[in-house]
Amino acid sequence: MGAQLRQLRRRIKSVKSTAKITRAQELIASSRIVKAQQRMQAAVPYEREITHAVSAVLSNTSNVDHPLTVAKEQPATAGVLIVTSDRGFAGGYNANILREAEALKGHLTGRGLAVKPYVVGRKGITWHRFRSREMFGEWDGFSDNPSYGNAKEIGDTLIEAFKAEDGIDEIHIVYTGFVSMLTQNVIVRRILPLEVEEAEAAPEGIPPYYEFEPTAGDVLDSLLPRYIESRIYNALLQSAASEHAARRRAMKSATDNANELIRVFTQQMNQARQAEITQEISEIVGGANALADAAAGKE
Amino acid sequence: MAKLRVGVVSPEREIWTGEADMVIAKTVDGEIGIMPNHAPVLGVLVEGGVLRVKRDEGDLVAAVHGGFISVADNDVSILAEEAELGSEVDVARAKDALQRAQASIEADQEDVDARLKAKRAAARLRAAGEEA
Repeated sequence: MGAQLRQLRRRIKSVKSTAKITRAQELIASSRIVKAQQRMQAAVPYEREITHAVSAVLSNTSNVDHPLTVAKEQPATAGVLIVTSDRGFAGGYNANILREAEALKGHLTGRGLAVKPYVVGRKGITWHRFRSREMFGEWDGFSDNPSYGNAKEIGDTLIEAFKAEDGIDEIHIVYTGFVSMLTQNVIVRRILPLEVEEAEAAPEGIPPYYEFEPTAGDVLDSLLPRYIESRIYNALLQSAASEHAARRRAMKSATDNANELIRVFTQQMNQARQAEITQEISEIVGGANALADAAAGKE
Repeated sequence: MAKLRVGVVSPEREIWTGEADMVIAKTVDGEIGIMPNHAPVLGVLVEGGVLRVKRDEGDLVAAVHGGFISVADNDVSILAEEAELGSEVDVARAKDALQRAQASIEADQEDVDARLKAKRAAARLRAAGEEA
């Protein structure tokens, strides 16, 4: 009985220290979600303006033949940008992303395209390495706090590959969209060839006739890459916020489970202790009775 | 007189918004001055340019690195890849950056990166009202 008691005490101690860790992780993630959300908010004006500018150019130039907007007739390869996190402890966050990426890969292969993965985040990179799949671009170290410079770097690589003769003909992005603290969805989207999302910027009346400095083509040349970078930046920011939210949720349930375990173990421990005491008492009483009986027999 | 509604935004934050009487920016074609009721324009800004916003409370100056200016219906948006208000510039650091960039240009005339850095540092100093 003493052994069981000791074992329970040891387990309670270890579960308690695990709970401390998960609780700390949960608190850290909670505080970072707020920051990540603020960064998402801060990026909104720029996104709005650049989308507006792109749709302004496209509505002013009747036939846009920009290489970034024209779909190839016979696409042969597709690049897939997969945004995962650098660290685990985030529940199903990375598993969900990679599952969607696999589904997209199956879909693209079905269309007869060769798929080239571009991966953000250490988890995704090790996932690909483990399966010895070739990656055409990998970036890590910023998944929880991306800067615009990171998005630019990724954008440059992708655009270059897209423009190259034997590069890629389509670019898709798989990331986690941040809807709310409780809801995050994996989003799969094609970013190249470009489709400008101008749902809300639907033309009300006649769009103004813009003058371009220097020319519409030049403006488009420098505008489109920026637009793509801004889409990637948006995806990175949303993924970062989602990562923190997923981590907070995973760590919260881990902490809750640990506390439940501690409760159960404490109960078992008390029971074991009580059983031990009861047994000792009955042993003492039995012993005393036996002594008393023996003494009474002598007389 | 009508006023311009001006917004200076970078991908990471909104830098400044407010009303103004005139905006002067530098596009790749040259300086462009925008006053109220200007025709719609979309222009590409130069690297290391200085943006001037004239308003009643005094001029607002900012260093703007790359990006676009878009004007329509008295709305002026400056979309900068990076931008900094003159009042926010750390003069000592900008001077330091300029010196370092110039040193690397002297060492290697073909150093495009250093030239860009020198341009940016100079723009920041000019925005802060220092001689560059």
